[in-house]
Amino acid sequence: MNLHRDHIAGALIAAIGAFAVAMGQSYGFGDLHNIGSGFFPVVLGVGMILLGIAMAVWPQRSITGLVAHHKIGAPDWRAAAAITSGVALFILLANSAGLAPAIFACVFASALGTSRTRLKEAFLLALGVTVFGVLLFAYGLKVPFPILTGVLN
Amino acid sequence: MESSFAGLAHGFEVALQWHNLIWCFAGVIVGNMVGVLPGMGVLSTISILLPLTFSMPPVAALLMLSGIYYGAQYGGAICSILLNLPCHPPHAVTCLDGYPMTKQGRGGVALGITMLAAMVGAAFGIGQMMVLAPYIASIAFKFGPQEICALMLLGLLAGSTLAKGSPIKGVSMTLFGILLSLAGTDINTGNERFTFGYIELSDGFELVAISLGLFGIAEFLKSVNSVAPTGARSVKLGVRDLRPTRADLRQGLPPILRGTIIGSLCSLIPGTGPTIASFIAYAMEKKISKSPERFGYGAIEGVAAPEASTHSAVQGDFIPTMSLGIPGDAVMALLLGALMIHGIQPGPRLIVEQPDIFWGLIASFWIGNLILVFLNVPLIGIWVKLLMVPYRYLYPTALFFVCIGVFATRNEMFDVAATLGFGAFGYLLLQLGFEPAPILLGFVLGPRLEENFRRSLLLSRGDLATFIDRPISAVFIGLCVLLLLAQAFAAYRKMRAPVRVPMSAFE
Repeated sequence: MNLHRDHIAGALIAAIGAFAVAMGQSYGFGDLHNIGSGFFPVVLGVGMILLGIAMAVWPQRSITGLVAHHKIGAPDWRAAAAITSGVALFILLANSAGLAPAIFACVFASALGTSRTRLKEAFLLALGVTVFGVLLFAYGLKVPFPILTGVLN
Repeated sequence: MESSFAGLAHGFEVALQWHNLIWCFAGVIVGNMVGVLPGMGVLSTISILLPLTFSMPPVAALLMLSGIYYGAQYGGAICSILLNLPCHPPHAVTCLDGYPMTKQGRGGVALGITMLAAMVGAAFGIGQMMVLAPYIASIAFKFGPQEICALMLLGLLAGSTLAKGSPIKGVSMTLFGILLSLAGTDINTGNERFTFGYIELSDGFELVAISLGLFGIAEFLKSVNSVAPTGARSVKLGVRDLRPTRADLRQGLPPILRGTIIGSLCSLIPGTGPTIASFIAYAMEKKISKSPERFGYGAIEGVAAPEASTHSAVQGDFIPTMSLGIPGDAVMALLLGALMIHGIQPGPRLIVEQPDIFWGLIASFWIGNLILVFLNVPLIGIWVKLLMVPYRYLYPTALFFVCIGVFATRNEMFDVAATLGFGAFGYLLLQLGFEPAPILLGFVLGPRLEENFRRSLLLSRGDLATFIDRPISAVFIGLCVLLLLAQAFAAYRKMRAPVRVPMSAFE
């Protein structure tokens, strides 16, 4: 049997449900007179476990009615790497190096998520957005960051 | 009726104040732009601009955010008709006959009819809201916690099963959304839930972090390499080309009226928003037409009916949101979330207690739609140029706005990291065939659902039967059961006779 993507989807939902039930145990279930903090997590978790099982047992069918072997589409690793590092660089640089390097790194890194963008294009785009972003957020909206740590505060 | 006019007069006073007018104008322009730009969605745009509105007065914030929603419908139609790009789901069906009209050199007429359809549809939708919303709210005034609870259950079920995609997956996303909303300090017991020791989580997840993760970052990840670059096709259109002939009008007017009715009916059921309305309207026109063979080859009815239904559904979408505080889709959930961030409690009391917001919003609908109609005609050339902006320049810029927007919400870098987490998780969900939109419904309604459930049981001394003992609540619960039975029946039939599934052919 080929693995249908709904088997994985069901497993994921059931796992989240199981996690909620497990965590909910410690919050106090209460009783129906006065429900505790754990009531909703446990009830929701049980619901998700059941739905997860249902999802895996009855996978979605395609239009032709055959159980289509919906494979999970190959993830776009290039885009994932570029966008993740774009956000991560923003987080790392904004506090330590300042707003301008953070914007530049974020835009430059994420722009490289597609092979259609050349290095030079990414560089120019990042430069443009940085200038615009610094003007708008540092001078206009007064976001509490140094523009360039140690140089322009 | 009379109070409606008094309310509307008050609304115009509010909406015509210059700062409100400017934000309404900004909203519809941004919306129109987003509608035209391939790859940018309404949800991601509203999420990106949400942090910006936190420093604005609530009325201005709501007028602008709503303006983006209905403004985008105008832009989306341009995209579909002139370039055959279904950038916006509600306008996907317009491509079928709109683009053939463009190829025949009648693209201008198609746009002209679209504008007319938009005006009629929107006017009907707004009128319906003026009459129905206060009426529904006045009934809901008497609801106790049991009724509110049952109604929310119905709204959440309808919202997650009637929208596109598998109902089982939809409901599981809703439950996940409610679960997310529980994170933080439980206001009733003081217990911390799902905070994992992070102080930043003691107030729960930020709405902005969730919506920008799911509809910003996850969408970028999905679209970076899949949004086709638009070729530099030049479409030259002047104002004069938009004018339909008398024959066009005669042919287009009845479908516009039928589409409007379909849209307004669809908007009243949570979960069946503009997209479904436009499909139904198109299918019906084709069915009742004397010459259905023209459809797909530039039939003007195929443009008029779905466009009218979309616009009337978009305006009608606001009815349950504003009168009951129950959003029908993710866009409405986001708008409600924005109101709540401003400290405004949504629900039946909103219309009476916040007349500025409700009537100001309605007046701004009239103003905004007028601006859009008059703006679109002369600016069509600029919109067509905007279509050429490639997505690969847009998304890195948008990503930076996402980062700084989330951060600025409460000056907390933790939220930016959380957004990235939600983005990665949202991408996984998309890969597994989930629609993340119901997460937002659950997240926004979750706390009120728990609160009212707790109160109902306190009042009934722990008796669950209280939900079916009270007549109105029993009706809502009955509708929930009916809905579930209908879904189960449909699933059973699909398993038995699996061949024809018309809607999914468009997915």
